[in-house]
Amino acid sequence: MLSGLVRLIAFAAFCAALVAGPACADAIDDALSGFTTDKYDDTDKALQGLVATAAPNGLAVIEALAAGRLLFDPESKTVLYKDASGALKLAKTGEPAPAELAGKPLKTVRVNNRLRRAVDAAGGAFELRSPDAAKRAAAARAVFKTRESTALPAIDHALADEKDAAAKKALEQARAAIILGKADAPEAERAAAAATVASVADPDALAALRTLPADTPVSVKAAAEKGVAAIERWATVANVIQNLVYGMSLGSVLLLAAIGLAITFGVMGVINMAHGEMVMIGAYATFLTQSLIGAYLPALNSASLVIAIPVAFLVAGAVGALIERTVIRFLYGRPLETLLATWGVSLILQQAVRSVFGPSNRTVQTPEWLQGSIEILGVSLTWNRIAIILFALAVFFALQLLLRRTSLGLQVRAVTQNRRMAGSMGIRTPRVDAMTFGLGSGVAGIAGVALSQIDNVSPNLGQNYIIDSFLVVVFGGVGNLWGTLVGALSIGVANKLLEPFAGAVLGKIILLIAIILFIQKKPRGLFALKGRAVEA
Amino acid sequence: MSRYRLIDGAGLIFLAIVLALAVLVPASNLWLAPDSALHIPDYLVPLLGKYLAFALLALALDLVWGYCGILSLGHGAFFALGGYAMGMYLMRQIGSRGVYGNLVLPDFMVFLNWQELPWFWLGFDHFWFACLVAIAVPGLLAFGFGWLAFRSRVTGVYLSIITQAMTFALMLAFFRNDMGFGGNNGLTDFKEIVGYPLQWAETRAALFAATAVALALGYLLARWVVTSKLGKVVVAVRDAESRTRFIGYRVENYKLVVFTLSAMIAGVAGALYVPQVGIINPSEFAPANSIEAVIWVAVGGRGTLVGAALGAVIVNAGKTWFTGALPSLWLFALGGLFVATTLLIPKGVVGAVTDILGIRRKSELPAAPGVVAPKTAPAEPAQ
Repeated sequence: MLSGLVRLIAFAAFCAALVAGPACADAIDDALSGFTTDKYDDTDKALQGLVATAAPNGLAVIEALAAGRLLFDPESKTVLYKDASGALKLAKTGEPAPAELAGKPLKTVRVNNRLRRAVDAAGGAFELRSPDAAKRAAAARAVFKTRESTALPAIDHALADEKDAAAKKALEQARAAIILGKADAPEAERAAAAATVASVADPDALAALRTLPADTPVSVKAAAEKGVAAIERWATVANVIQNLVYGMSLGSVLLLAAIGLAITFGVMGVINMAHGEMVMIGAYATFLTQSLIGAYLPALNSASLVIAIPVAFLVAGAVGALIERTVIRFLYGRPLETLLATWGVSLILQQAVRSVFGPSNRTVQTPEWLQGSIEILGVSLTWNRIAIILFALAVFFALQLLLRRTSLGLQVRAVTQNRRMAGSMGIRTPRVDAMTFGLGSGVAGIAGVALSQIDNVSPNLGQNYIIDSFLVVVFGGVGNLWGTLVGALSIGVANKLLEPFAGAVLGKIILLIAIILFIQKKPRGLFALKGRAVEA
Repeated sequence: MSRYRLIDGAGLIFLAIVLALAVLVPASNLWLAPDSALHIPDYLVPLLGKYLAFALLALALDLVWGYCGILSLGHGAFFALGGYAMGMYLMRQIGSRGVYGNLVLPDFMVFLNWQELPWFWLGFDHFWFACLVAIAVPGLLAFGFGWLAFRSRVTGVYLSIITQAMTFALMLAFFRNDMGFGGNNGLTDFKEIVGYPLQWAETRAALFAATAVALALGYLLARWVVTSKLGKVVVAVRDAESRTRFIGYRVENYKLVVFTLSAMIAGVAGALYVPQVGIINPSEFAPANSIEAVIWVAVGGRGTLVGAALGAVIVNAGKTWFTGALPSLWLFALGGLFVATTLLIPKGVVGAVTDILGIRRKSELPAAPGVVAPKTAPAEPAQ
């Protein structure tokens, strides 16, 4: 409240100064002398005087004051300041201070909290005339937010000189916001202003359009209501876009978790209930890699997540290949038994990790280049979400390439289509089995690297994804990676679109039921493999 | 023609043991002196009763998995639904003795500021109604689910995964407070059943005896199904579904009957389980529980009924001992059991014992697929 008042006064004074024309040197001297009395009230007056005279060097003085770099010589009553580099300068002109002043005992102009607000307000007034176009635009936006009618002359003045397009637009919007609420402005101009304000489409614009006084003319009100409706319509669209992007993000997490399963389950037909634990192992491999790099190679800290990708792939892949050689290979052709055995393996792995690392969550740091967020079309997206979407797609296409373009991929597909025939052609099917299972597990490990960024790294990490992963693979169509991609993204998007209506839990339940019903309709998933087998 | 005999040798031994337990455990608990070597302490009676309730669940699961080849990973849901039906009756029996002293509303509803009993709680003040619901609701769910799934020929792994999704969805649903089933706290703090306080040793002994009798009846029912003509078709479906279909049987109808019956037995098991453990909460729906029930069957011996019940008791007794003595090793032991059973003794304990004794009786029903690989079984995975 106080700061608004101070700002108002400052603006009013500033505008008066602008209207009065170029400030005379005496007025500036008068204003500056207020800084030399070492009293808060005088400093306040000096500040206002500075704004009122629109002193050419005023902004530098105000910035120095805010930073505690404004000094004065008690003897000669000269006001000086140190610029950012520490050079002593004269407050009035900004010229370097004469040498004899530098040696004198200078005192700092003190500020208290009340003054600080006044300093900010004075700074805002000066910023409208700042040589930096971005600063002018920011100051205009501040006016747009407060809609201080006293700022109108300053805005008009600034508009007349403005060359920069963005700053000009911001100034016009600020002007429209003021005109809109100005009772004595012409009606047509106010209605036009409403449209300009509505084009900004942010919460401030909405507030400006909604808080019109009761005696506002009907045409202006109608224009404002139209603007509000337009903003709200846009908000709905933005909301849908946001949900779509969040859904994509969730879908890409599902894709990452499920894509390894699409290999082991979809391609090999092995129901790997320990798949979630491969993800968990990948996440712990990330944690270990990061800890080791932090301890021994701190220079590589920011790259630790990238280094963790091959590490997680190899660790999880090796564990997977080991499981294949020791357990699963005895169970080919008996899918239900595989399910039980791998469930047992998953329990053992969980407990093993719990015994080694403890039951509590481990923290994996997010590197700086993944922190923060950007705003696109009014939708805020964190970088790590974007990174996961891109990463999931990259993993998907790399895997697709591996299966389509390498000899290992060729062998995998051959064994999948006809094991005995492939064996007759000289493919070492047991080796291909181990490699394929290792590949699927390794990809799960890579998923663990990504999930360590958005989920708790705990022994139960994998449990949260196993059911979803299976549903994605079955929904998309077993044995088809494209099906997994489409399945994961559509489940993710459907989940996020349901959430606003049904809430997170109910939305998930509805989705589960929908998938169950879908599987009744298409028991082989979205993209069924065509074949002659009667039973699969 | 012993194949058609309702009770074979193993069954006779099983029934004798179960019925003897039904008499001896309550008798020992109630009438033997506490310092007697044969006295069964109070805490053990509901624990044993819990094992027998699990045995009944395992029996139900063996009926669908062992004989019909449907690996249900959602039988825990039927069990829990039966449990919730009984729990709702027990909640209503609390009456005004709850913390809030509301005559009609259970505590959690008062806490959530509900004004009146939701419609689906009506009738649960009658014991017979709760028993009916404990059987009917799992049966109806299984019927609806199976009707959809079997008609569209969802089989094998796909069926397992959607049964798992079903129990997962139910778990999420029951975790919600506004469902009206007590949210994540579930139903607990029960006082009495048909007028007898649950704290009484006599009540607990009676519940144990009831569970043992239910297990015996469940066994007889399952045995009657598998030895009937229906049972023979069901086994044929398990071993060669397409052939059976081509011969002219409506495979989906046979599956549906067995699946629904099995779910109803599981519901009874749940209803008997709840008053003995004194609580039912949504974690009973957890997919892990259903998978654990499958391992009981596998350990005991799939497709033997007796083995399933035996497996449930063995694994749960092991769990009780491990979680008390070596809690951190329990998951290793359970996981190892899963792996070892499937790899080393695919026929389970009962099958292994039969093999060791060299008994090759013709009365045994054909072994499970995979144990003696049926000729039609695809040699390669993922056709």
